[in-house]
Amino acid sequence: MIATTEIDTSAGGCQLFEAKDYKSGVKPVWCPGCGDYGVLLALTKTLAELQLSPEQVSVISGIGCSSRIPAYLKTYGFHGVHGRALPLATGLKVSRPDQTVIVASGDGDGFSIGGNHFLHACRRNVNLTYIVMDNQLYGMTKGQASPTSAPDWEKGKLTPGGTGINPFHPLVIGLASGANFIARVSGTDANGAVPILKEAIEHPGFSLVHILSPCITYNREQLDWKKQVRKAPVEATSDPAQAARRLMTDDNLNLGVLYKGSRKPYQPALKMQIDNLDLLEAQFSV
Amino acid sequence: MTVPSISITLTGSGGSGVMTAGNLLLEAAGRAGWFGMMTRSAGPQIRGGEAAAMLRLSSIPVLVHKERYDILLGIDWKNADRFASEIPLGSDSLVIGHGEPPAVFADAAGQQFQLDLPAIAKTVPGGRANMVALGVAAALVGLPVTAVSQVIDKALGRKGEDAVSAGMAAVRAGMEAAKNLPRFDCLPVDSGAEADQRETRWNISGNEACGLGAVRGGIRFVAAYPITPATEVLEWLAPALPKLGGALVQAEDELASVTQIIGASFGGTPSLTATSGPGLALMMESIGLAVASETPIVVVDVMRGGPSTGIPTKSEQSDLNIALYGLHGDAPHLVLGPLTIADCVFTTQWSVVLAEKLQTAAIVLSDQALGQTRSVIPRQLDSGLVAQREVAKAPGADYQRYAITESGVSPMSLPGQSGGQYCADGLAHTVTGLPSSKAEDHHLQMDKRLHKLAQYDFGDHWAEIEGDARAETVVLTWGSSYGAASEAVAGLRAEGKKVRLIAVRLLSPVQPQRLAEALKGAARVLVVEQSHSGQFYRYLRAQYDINIPMRSMAVPGPLAIRPSDVSNLLNDWSGS
Repeated sequence: MIATTEIDTSAGGCQLFEAKDYKSGVKPVWCPGCGDYGVLLALTKTLAELQLSPEQVSVISGIGCSSRIPAYLKTYGFHGVHGRALPLATGLKVSRPDQTVIVASGDGDGFSIGGNHFLHACRRNVNLTYIVMDNQLYGMTKGQASPTSAPDWEKGKLTPGGTGINPFHPLVIGLASGANFIARVSGTDANGAVPILKEAIEHPGFSLVHILSPCITYNREQLDWKKQVRKAPVEATSDPAQAARRLMTDDNLNLGVLYKGSRKPYQPALKMQIDNLDLLEAQFSV
Repeated sequence: MTVPSISITLTGSGGSGVMTAGNLLLEAAGRAGWFGMMTRSAGPQIRGGEAAAMLRLSSIPVLVHKERYDILLGIDWKNADRFASEIPLGSDSLVIGHGEPPAVFADAAGQQFQLDLPAIAKTVPGGRANMVALGVAAALVGLPVTAVSQVIDKALGRKGEDAVSAGMAAVRAGMEAAKNLPRFDCLPVDSGAEADQRETRWNISGNEACGLGAVRGGIRFVAAYPITPATEVLEWLAPALPKLGGALVQAEDELASVTQIIGASFGGTPSLTATSGPGLALMMESIGLAVASETPIVVVDVMRGGPSTGIPTKSEQSDLNIALYGLHGDAPHLVLGPLTIADCVFTTQWSVVLAEKLQTAAIVLSDQALGQTRSVIPRQLDSGLVAQREVAKAPGADYQRYAITESGVSPMSLPGQSGGQYCADGLAHTVTGLPSSKAEDHHLQMDKRLHKLAQYDFGDHWAEIEGDARAETVVLTWGSSYGAASEAVAGLRAEGKKVRLIAVRLLSPVQPQRLAEALKGAARVLVVEQSHSGQFYRYLRAQYDINIPMRSMAVPGPLAIRPSDVSNLLNDWSGS
């Protein structure tokens, strides 16, 4: 694999990082009042809590409002194509396990076009932190229903009478697919999100953080989330069956760590002592 | 020029093991000092269907099958008529087997002999009909028993002494049964002393050769999704990469495999995936991401009959259009095509080096005929080309990931490098990578990405040029069609005709000056390819200014183009 020893990673040293040190200074394209601002703030605060040098962190995203986040950070970033943030991050993390890799997505990017990758990322359990900013609609394309929209939401421009179909339950599906850590935070409470994001990043394996991130432009009712959310009434469980029962009856408003698993993360061993190519070629000799 | 060679097909059904027997015959031929190739053909069943191992053995390296098979040896004839068009026989051909062979073979062949291979196998404890077939075939072509016994040792040694002796007993029974049959032993066999001095030879498939070329070029991360006929590239790499400090990850689909390699390459590791037509179609969007974000990747496309699911197990050169033009937007990238199984090593290796050097995507167009054919070839020396990406040195506050440079290539920082942080983006961007929809930024970056490919000196590897340098008649071809074209040109020249052959290895970016130079003095150009619509011919017409009469010889798959198809057409044209 790549010789990370060839990369000079000595800079940074003992300086202390503050949240602002992770901000690129680029002005976000988001609407005023968007929940994603809170996520950006929470993320920079979390990185400061962890005291990770910005160059030791990569934030990988797909397409959508939430996926714009890497450009607003001073870490390494990749703003890829729609729905494919998870495989992009998988390739990076597997080949560069020294990097802290955070994947940013939305409900459309992550659960619709990227749905298959979501299942397999949970299952594969690479040491990634997947933060999904859920506003139950497509914002960047100006207000269509997403997999998490309520079936009777009638303002979706492609589904004027409502979708009529049940929303996708990302946490139940994440648990069933093998996610190793499941939590929910609110995008409108950055300080409340920090300790949970920190724990998600520190937890080995695939960590799924569901973020309620209201879109006040296309669904103003989501402003109410701020008043409706509550701390989950029970502590995180490590029992998948218990977690399943809780998540199946969850009303989408419980915040906190909801499940903590202990599955071994997927990471191929990258051998340092390597064989000579001649040994491989010998197999072809007649 | 007629290449001295023997062509033999082994066929059978129900898991009779003809592929194993064919491969052992090929390997034994290599031991005896011969060269050769073996093509596989199989029915649509996953296992146990009818199968045919088609071999050509020769004292010099061969790239294509002959016009006719000398020998058709059947363990049984169940569904063998399905291969009728693939196994042409002539009045000199011999059909050997038990019972009535399919009429299509019986009518064409000059001679028929009855030999019940399964019955002979039953007379040997632990004997198998395919090993009897190996013995019959070895006797017919004149292979020494020592060569066969060596390969049996190698192949069955792991299963223990009993398996080896049962295998050899069946081989000997086959040799004995064949002793009254006509011989085709026209090829000289090396003496033991010659064998000791001989240069190393390889028994390798094109798919394995692509894998080897990849790791020689420096590939250390591969994401894999299985697809016929590309799977063996990935299956060869799966155990090889960990030995080299790399890794292969099986992905959930081709959308994931291509994006995984972009992620790994972003992290600094030279990365590759392999697929076939349907998978390549799925990957197109993200190949564009690699181009726009200037993240080097290599995608090997082992072409099969298309469109749609097409003919997964058989060859065609019909993905040229999608490889050249399938990306949305203006997306300059590399497209290369290996010409032979041996060249799969070099061309894949070179593609890795070019993709890394030019920070773009390279599509390598191999095909089923190269990929799944096994061949005995001289050992391919390492060209020594290794990926060398231009990495940013001590990037600071003024670092610009997409800086405008003389070569168009900008030093790339890697995660972990302090001060090198940037956000790679598929959005149009500024020199620092910041999303921008401004015309001037878009134009600047498009110019840069075009320029870095256009200004690069690709050297002499862009094509192979053979034959008479100033001949008026030119055969222009690419990829695996080179095999038939090359043998046709050699044959015509042996008859005293002046012909030259240009086989293009670098399909994109175009090399107009080099092709114009190669075509100097030409009066007629025959364009040979295996597609229905003449994709290569139309590409040449569109991209090159060629004011010479050109004719298209576009033959769709799955049947291989034969050298005589090419020489007959040339003779007709030159004579008219």
